[in-house]
Amino acid sequence: MSVQQALIDYSLRLADNANVLGHRFCEWSGKGPMLEEDLALSNLGLDLLGQARSFYSYAAELKGDGCTEDDLAFLRDANEYKNLLLVEMPNGDFAVTMLRHLLFSAYYLPFFVALSQSNDKTLAAIAAKAEREMAYHLRHSAEWVIRLGDGTEDSLKRMQDAIMVLWPYTGEMFESDEIDQQLVDAGVAIDPESLREQWHATINEVFQRAGLVEPESVWMQTGGRTGVHTEHLGFMLAEMQFLQRSYPGAEW
Amino acid sequence: MNLKDTPLWEVFVRSKNGLSHQHVGSLHAVDATMALQNARDVYTRRAEGISLWVVPSNAITASDPVDRGEFFEPTASKVYRHPTFYEIPDEVGHM
Amino acid sequence: MYTQALNDKDPSPAEDTIEDPVLAERFQSRIDQELRIEANDWMPAAYRRTLQRQIAQHAHSEVIGMQPEGNWLTRAPTLKRKAILLAKIQDEAGHGLYLYSAAETLGISREEMESQLLTGKARYSSIFNYPTLNWADMGAIGWLVDGAAIMNQVPLCRCSYGPYARAMVRVCKEESFHQRQGYDIMTQMAKGTAAQKAMAQDALNRTWWPSIMMFGPHDSDSSHSEQSMAWKIKRFSNDDLRQKFINATVPQAEYLGLTIPDPDLKFNEETGNWESGPIDWDEFKQVLAGNGPCNHLRLSTRQRAVAEGEWVREAAAAHAAKQSARATNKEEAA
Repeated sequence: MSVQQALIDYSLRLADNANVLGHRFCEWSGKGPMLEEDLALSNLGLDLLGQARSFYSYAAELKGDGCTEDDLAFLRDANEYKNLLLVEMPNGDFAVTMLRHLLFSAYYLPFFVALSQSNDKTLAAIAAKAEREMAYHLRHSAEWVIRLGDGTEDSLKRMQDAIMVLWPYTGEMFESDEIDQQLVDAGVAIDPESLREQWHATINEVFQRAGLVEPESVWMQTGGRTGVHTEHLGFMLAEMQFLQRSYPGAEW
Repeated sequence: MNLKDTPLWEVFVRSKNGLSHQHVGSLHAVDATMALQNARDVYTRRAEGISLWVVPSNAITASDPVDRGEFFEPTASKVYRHPTFYEIPDEVGHM
Repeated sequence: MYTQALNDKDPSPAEDTIEDPVLAERFQSRIDQELRIEANDWMPAAYRRTLQRQIAQHAHSEVIGMQPEGNWLTRAPTLKRKAILLAKIQDEAGHGLYLYSAAETLGISREEMESQLLTGKARYSSIFNYPTLNWADMGAIGWLVDGAAIMNQVPLCRCSYGPYARAMVRVCKEESFHQRQGYDIMTQMAKGTAAQKAMAQDALNRTWWPSIMMFGPHDSDSSHSEQSMAWKIKRFSNDDLRQKFINATVPQAEYLGLTIPDPDLKFNEETGNWESGPIDWDEFKQVLAGNGPCNHLRLSTRQRAVAEGEWVREAAAAHAAKQSARATNKEEAA
């Protein structure tokens, strides 16, 4: 695989992650547990949609075939989407959403910090901006996980249930394939394995403060990178892509 | 629980260094940590600030409007405290 | 408008409060001098009650108003439009919050206002009880609904009650992009494919009359206007604002090449006004009374969101209580 192709795929993965997770936050609009939190959830979504646009635009530019960020977001089928399974998991209750975001941002904060030093200037620039956004995402989701874990009996149970639901989707974050390796060697990408320790330390600290227990080793789900998704993604894309699919070629 | 148990906070934003914090509004939050984050998410969505204060509304002691007369009117007559009270001859120039 | 139900009779009898005539006169004279009334100032009970209702209705309208647009958020056709729409809906949550806060300075809690909304006791603007059926509705809402709202909200920035006026200054500043983005969507749709243009016309057809109704009953049928005018809570009459809106909107529709669904609409050379045909006030009353196409959906959606958030709010409060107990214990131990 050419470095160029690897870079396109790499950008698309990052874009898909942000796009799919951003969509999940759109689903929260108007449904937050407090008006104040509704605004907070939208801010998280807006950051992610912004990141998705940057990464898709870069992928489109690298492809150089005249495609746009929207072509990549709205005209690729589920098996072409390369996001982590974690981000397509349904919002569930607020505990699931906040835990999902903790697991995600505890990974993506150190990831973007490292990527901001990438040899690829565009990725480095996007990462430098995303790094600051992700720091706030981590702070916000960690606070909520602690609050809910340390809250009532009911909220503790919901958090612990959420962990059971989501934990099997955390292993995928640390996998790498030839695309990663090729770009790591070129000083462009980040070796996912190198983030494991820091991610784990963050999760550990939050869980401790929240009174939550990390599951013993569980079988990890995988497939996002190769386009083998959960059943949830198809429905999300059916909704997300409806207008672009139904009215091909229209400008919006 | 309901919102009644969620305290009200007053939010102050410093728009840039060199300016003082200004009251911008209020919000509900269970504690200071949440109040600060809510203030960030509610009141600085358009880059309105670089620093935030949140204060529990019930921590503010306000003057009573009934006292407005005795509190504030006495100063109205002390016009000599304002520079415009004094006339400086034009020849002297700016002072 | 967002507070159109105020045009109905005040449900609480006015005679329950006999005001001190000296205070009442001083109050009115401050208003006449264009001085602002602040939270702790003396005010007639009816003034307080009117404002509590008006501001709460306004806040409810912002919060319920998130739903018709939320209906298309997850189907937004481009990432840019999606981000803009999310930001706009978020602004509406913010505006609801500013307004609830303003009402809280009058001694009513947000919880109380919310419970009035959820039990169907409080009203919100009739416009949000109509469905959004195609993407162009996002354009029509911004262009017409926000356009109509701005007509009403700009004068409210000079409302006699300080906290409400200040909230409105903030709202208007933020809202200035809402109408423009709506018109931008309409422009794109109107110059787009035949299918898109049909969507734009369809959205205009459905949104036009409800937008016109937003301004409330004709002045001759509006029972509360006079007192609100004297209190400088309201500065222009329903019909004046409606006329101003129609005059501004007709050329905008023309530019889009869309037809306003009013066969009687005609220009009066003498007055310079676009005169509309008769408004279906029966429909307006039915929608306000809870019988619009989406009243039930809007309210039940809101009820569900509040109910589903209850355990979260409980947990947050419990955590805060534990934290403060821990801090106290630590201090005592030290």
